[in-house]
Amino acid sequence: MFVSTAARTGWRLPPVRHLATLLGALIVGVAVVVALLAPYVVPHDPFLQDLNQRLIPPMWMDGSQPEHLLGTDQLGRDYLSRLIYGTRISMLIGVMTVVMSGLIGITLGILGGFYGGRMDDLVMFLITCRLAIPLILVALTVVALVGSSLTVVSLTLGLLLWDRFAVVARTTTMQVRTLDYIAAAKAAGASRLHILLREVLPNIVVHLIVVATLEMALAILLEAALSFLGLGVPPPLPSWGLMIAEAKDYMFFSPWVIMIPGIALFVLVMGINLLGDGLRDLLGADLKR
Amino acid sequence: MTHAIEVRNLYREFQQRAGMAGERRSVRAVDGVTFSLSAGDVLGVVGESGCGKSTLARLIMGLLPPSSGEVLVDGRSLAGMDRRERARLIQPVFQDPFSSLNPRQRIRDIVGLPLAAQGALSSRLQADRVMEMLARVGISSEMAERRPAQLSGGQRQRVAIARALVLRPRIVVCDEPTSALDVSVQAQILNLLAELRRELGLTYLFISHNLAVVEHIATEVAVMYLGRIVEQAPVEDLFRTPAHPYTQALLASVLTPEPALGIPDVGLGDAYPDPANIPSGCRFHPRCPQAFDKCAQTMPDNIRQDGRLVECLLAVSPPAKREATPGLAPA
Repeated sequence: MFVSTAARTGWRLPPVRHLATLLGALIVGVAVVVALLAPYVVPHDPFLQDLNQRLIPPMWMDGSQPEHLLGTDQLGRDYLSRLIYGTRISMLIGVMTVVMSGLIGITLGILGGFYGGRMDDLVMFLITCRLAIPLILVALTVVALVGSSLTVVSLTLGLLLWDRFAVVARTTTMQVRTLDYIAAAKAAGASRLHILLREVLPNIVVHLIVVATLEMALAILLEAALSFLGLGVPPPLPSWGLMIAEAKDYMFFSPWVIMIPGIALFVLVMGINLLGDGLRDLLGADLKR
Repeated sequence: MTHAIEVRNLYREFQQRAGMAGERRSVRAVDGVTFSLSAGDVLGVVGESGCGKSTLARLIMGLLPPSSGEVLVDGRSLAGMDRRERARLIQPVFQDPFSSLNPRQRIRDIVGLPLAAQGALSSRLQADRVMEMLARVGISSEMAERRPAQLSGGQRQRVAIARALVLRPRIVVCDEPTSALDVSVQAQILNLLAELRRELGLTYLFISHNLAVVEHIATEVAVMYLGRIVEQAPVEDLFRTPAHPYTQALLASVLTPEPALGIPDVGLGDAYPDPANIPSGCRFHPRCPQAFDKCAQTMPDNIRQDGRLVECLLAVSPPAKREATPGLAPA
């Protein structure tokens, strides 16, 4: 079966891949728990400013204070608490974007791939149009028109990041639609909805999960980029991108203020990608077991 | 008397294009097929690959719309029929049980799909019917919870048969149902199909390129060549006294387990005819060892002889001096 190339690996993955998957799951798991429990795990109020406690270095540097494990920022806010609340923003943006763009992209892709002909032409046209839209420019326009907020950012990303979902859903559906079990379902008198949702979708979902992880990582990075440009979530919300933007004036004298959110962003995006690769292998293996 | 299935002048053309700017050509995959079957009969359809057997099967099942012609089951046309109604009349068994079962579904959901699509039964009754059908084809109830990947090829084909029969259809279209299976399993599946036909009063359209399989299961055989049935006769007659030169060649091409005999030479040459460019007159004449001058001009159409259909001019007007025709092998 060409749809599931990973199928032959079985459960006996090479140990390195296995470890990488576990590491990814661990990172994402911690991020999810921290995001959900943010108000209960933060040591300080992330919004509380204390100008006497500005730019305190983190614990592994000289001059650190035990109550601020990762130090404080330029306004004296606890950096660990802001980082934890930033996880919340990143995960929220990531999940909302994936759900929204997934719904749009998968629907379009399956319809185009399954029906072909005019329907496929339309879907391909929409994908081409979407690819011609510069994301940052649209975000800039939207923010200029309606102002920036968390909702606006996630809506903008969700409505724009569906192209890869659509492309992957379309090509995998085209592979599946010619298989005999689709013909058998048609001959069995199954409705079109049944064929699309129960026969086609479960057989392409492995590939969509990989896309979902890629898109989630991309959405988190884009939110950080937008926030860095001042087009993302508005201050004082502690987004990682915003933290990097606010820290850039201090990076030569207090480099940790830019490194800490930068490393957090890197680790989370890498974790999501590792988890996505691992899930693809595990779900693929399930087919042949 | 109405026939269980009647196929009237079925015709299907595909448009083919060589590359983006290449010229369009139309390929006649099924070119005017007409036959009818009484309830309980098994029509074996044989022919070399590319002769339109599988296209014929897909047309009859309604998976592909015909360019023209119609299919009647119990006197009612399948065209424009509601999908549920059609599913109750005609069901397929496909060649490859590895692609005909959805790998993501459990066996009981696969077999239950035709019932679920009808939407007429409660889930309890439906589960009972599924289990009953699975037991009938020899699949145990614990296997019903498994997925296709956990079953062997033979078991999968049994599941596919159970799915086809769970609605008790009138017609079952079997498209090479044993050719993807191990030789040891083929006989079991054939016997199962034969038993079920007797028990449930089914009518089969049995497509195969394996003459031995067809001889075993069919009551009537149709030989297809380039999209057309060139000979149709009861199974004993066809195998004992093949009338069409193509049928004779097909029967002569069967391998024997005698190594000294080697691979039989059937005298057809090795050029396969092009369905986009069907020869004039009799479509078989360029390869026919018994062709004579009239064959290239006159199309032998609907020639009946002793209750069988033979599309060959030899059957009506054999040439006066066959021996005089140069370069042709004697019959």
